[in-house]
Amino acid sequence: MNRITARRRHPLARYAVLLLALVLIGGFYTLVTAKSNERADAAIASGKADDVAEGKKLFELSCSSCHGLNAEGTKQGPTLVGVGAAAVDFQVSSGRMPMANPGPQAPRKQPAPWVNETTIRQLAAYVQSLGGGPAVPGNEQVDAALGDKAKGGELFRANCIQCHNFVGAGGALTQGKHAPPLHEATERQIYEAMITGPQAMPVFNDSIITPQQKRDMIAYIVGVRDEPNPGGAGLGRVGPVTEGLVAWIVGISLLILAAIWITAKKRQAQ
Amino acid sequence: MSTGPVPKPIAGPSNFIDERIGAGTFLKRNLRKVFPDHWSFLLGEIALYSFIILLLTGTFLTFFFKPSMGHTVYEGSYDALKGVTMSEAYASSLHISFDIRGGLLMRQMHHWAALLFTAGMMVHALRVFFTGAYRKPRELNWLIGVLLLTLALLEGLTGYSLPDDLLSGAGLRITEGVAISLPLVGTWITFFLFGGEYPGEDVISRFYSLHILLIPGILLALITAHMILMWVQKHTQMPGKGRTNENVVGAPFYPAFMAKAGAYFMFTFGVIALLGTFAQINPIWLFGPYNPANISAGSQPDFYMGFLEGALRLMPAWEINLFGGSGGTLPMNVLIPALVPMGIIMTGLALYPFLEQWVTGDRREHHVVDRPRNNPHRTSIGMSAITFYGLLWLLGANDEIAAFFSVSLNWTTYVGRVLIFVGPFLAYVITYRTCLGLQRKDADIIGHGVESGVIKRLPSGEYIEVHVPPHPAIEALMRDKKPVPIIAGADSDDPDGDGIPSKGMRSPLGKLRAKMSKAYGGEKIALTDGHAHGHEEHAAVGSGEDDKPSLTH
Ligand code: HEC
Ligand code: HEC
Ligand code: HEM
Repeated sequence: MNRITARRRHPLARYAVLLLALVLIGGFYTLVTAKSNERADAAIASGKADDVAEGKKLFELSCSSCHGLNAEGTKQGPTLVGVGAAAVDFQVSSGRMPMANPGPQAPRKQPAPWVNETTIRQLAAYVQSLGGGPAVPGNEQVDAALGDKAKGGELFRANCIQCHNFVGAGGALTQGKHAPPLHEATERQIYEAMITGPQAMPVFNDSIITPQQKRDMIAYIVGVRDEPNPGGAGLGRVGPVTEGLVAWIVGISLLILAAIWITAKKRQAQ
Repeated sequence: MSTGPVPKPIAGPSNFIDERIGAGTFLKRNLRKVFPDHWSFLLGEIALYSFIILLLTGTFLTFFFKPSMGHTVYEGSYDALKGVTMSEAYASSLHISFDIRGGLLMRQMHHWAALLFTAGMMVHALRVFFTGAYRKPRELNWLIGVLLLTLALLEGLTGYSLPDDLLSGAGLRITEGVAISLPLVGTWITFFLFGGEYPGEDVISRFYSLHILLIPGILLALITAHMILMWVQKHTQMPGKGRTNENVVGAPFYPAFMAKAGAYFMFTFGVIALLGTFAQINPIWLFGPYNPANISAGSQPDFYMGFLEGALRLMPAWEINLFGGSGGTLPMNVLIPALVPMGIIMTGLALYPFLEQWVTGDRREHHVVDRPRNNPHRTSIGMSAITFYGLLWLLGANDEIAAFFSVSLNWTTYVGRVLIFVGPFLAYVITYRTCLGLQRKDADIIGHGVESGVIKRLPSGEYIEVHVPPHPAIEALMRDKKPVPIIAGADSDDPDGDGIPSKGMRSPLGKLRAKMSKAYGGEKIALTDGHAHGHEEHAAVGSGEDDKPSLTH
């Protein structure tokens, strides 16, 4: 006890502490910059320099009115610096961007006619070059066949159903927003939705849900939606609301018709 | 009520039985019992036959269902749940659905039958209400009916929770929330029900005993009592030619009614089997096993619980903290929606016959029912109750509505909070006006006949449409209208002209009663033109049949 206190008071102690702090900060800095350099390198390597240039042109044409000429953001749309290629791929391939009319949220729609794999890649490369961000996942990363449905189901129930419903039928959120049904999203879009967290959806980054777990969830979502309904017509799979409607509209109506039919023939009193 | 000679198929066996145990005349009498044949009298039978199907399919389910919350790892044939830890109850329900031959069909038929059972009861009760068939001497049977409906809700709730899936777990959680929010006894009741801290290990097996033993037992006993009373008191009948408070017009039980009832059982069975085969219900495998930490969007209960769900969603967050929280919390946001709508509806149903009797002072027996238009206040009260219930029911699905119609979820709640007060009131006014309009139309037909579609040209060149008297059956139906009675002396302050109001009407309650009676009863639209409608008419209740049709045109 005493010895430690004595050493702390040593005249060289403050230099030692200073040195330690400098080493820590320096190490941290190199780590961080290395990582972001890596990202930028990757962007340029995967997107190639012309992709970035082409992407910038496309961006100025279709996106800058809302997101600003340098994607710095305007009153009409947020900045795209740092959202990453994955966000662009998700937003544009699902038809959400370019946004058509202002509303509580940009809905999935038929993508614009100029949208195809190449243009999306170019736009994504441009946005990625601005400040990094999550990259578009590779095919193997999103392959449902490599995932474990049952594990994915548990994760899906723990993380997603409060907004998207058990079977991905979607649901209402506050103030006119809604979590859309997951019937149309491709495997890649599901992955991208998780890593970019579009609008009201939270981000599920790799430290919350590992890439392997993401693939399990994709396997579950895709598996369940393609699965036939063993019990007959699925009734939209939204649970008791449609079941109740069917009980009344089909069941009770049929039985009332039957009652009318049965009693229509009366015995004539002699 | 004897209807001709006894047919041989009855005479034979009843003689046989008569000679052994001397009960033949009982059979003879009862097999010839007369049943009215209006379609609306079959509605109760939907519930009856659904109940029989529930007993049969439910028994099948008990062979394979394991009412245990013990943990197990699923190894059955449904892929997306393989290797998942779950309760035995859930695993056995999956087993029934995927690995037992006919199991899924039985589960689905059981569930569809449960929906038709409750829905059937509701339409049946509405028929009884709107026609006033609950009046003396049938008040007891009405009370049994209300009890049956309440028990059916409880039976549905317990059955729905059995498979222990994530969706029914949400309902269980709400049940727990309601139980624990009861003042003073709440904690005790929850611990008793769940055998400790929620969700505990016991609730499924407790619900199981309730669901397959206790409640069905009581239901069966009450249904039997309901049937016996109905048999003894005989059916009511629609007004019409030759139908009076002293007779029953219709088909004898054997053979006509029995054939019809048998056919109707087959229909009910058929509809339930069709639904069970072609429409998926409660796909528990999609919901996953219950885990108190998970909750899904679009969690709704079965339709008969929907009004409670709606009330819960509508209620603003309102809590009363006693003594700054140290005296406990009264969660009004749970207590009010859980108890008040159910209380209003069930108590209202139970008391209505007695309230009506008190207001109208009508203590006579009634075997001929009213046409709903001829008792406009009753019909309006019924419609506003339906509106109240229906709105709550609808709002129980407000998230589905918001998602489906792309409207704001918040607004469905705000609008709902207003509608729940305004809606029933509007329904009252609209129904009342409609009833009077229909009465006026009846009076018009009695007075002027119906348009025949034949246009005649008079010698003067004028065209007129020929009116003919209505069909005698329809006319008889219309002429059966009787004014709703009013308690003696309620329509004037001073019936005897001695300046003193009659005895019962001096207290504030008496005055209120007189006022209500006057508003509720009486003849709103007289049936025939020029027919004096004074107070003499009220005394002449029941003498409508003697009037000769007086078609003046
Ligand atoms: C009409 C205005 C408008 C246009 C045009 C538009 N956007 Fe957007 N964009 C928005 C708004 C508003 C948001 C934020 C709300 C949202 O996501 O719906 C947004 C969000 C985004 C996001 C998500 C940002 C994040 O934080 O994840 C991306 C990526 C995006 N836009 C890309 C594009 C691209 C690429 C184009 C051109 C093809 C484009 N946008 C055109 C208005 C627009
Ligand atoms: C807080 C609610 C919420 C949670 C939790 C949530 N999401 Fe979402 N999700 C949303 C919203 C809101 C959108 C719509 C975003 C938009 O339109 O840009 C969305 C969109 C999506 C889409 C795109 C659908 C389409 O048709 O394009 C996918 C895929 C998706 N989510 C998957 C998931 C998965 C997987 C999880 C669980 C890991 C999850 N979400 C959790 C709210 C949520
Ligand atoms: C009388 C009215 C009854 C109603 C309203 C009713 C309602 C229900 C409901 C809604 C379920 C959930 C079904 C599902 O899983 O989809 C259920 C399950 C069940 N019921 Fe009933 N039931 C009734 C009578 C009975 C009877 C009489 C029995 C037994 C004799 C029974 C046995 C069961 C069993 C074992 C289950 C669980 C099986 C499973 O879900 O896999 N029920 N009931």
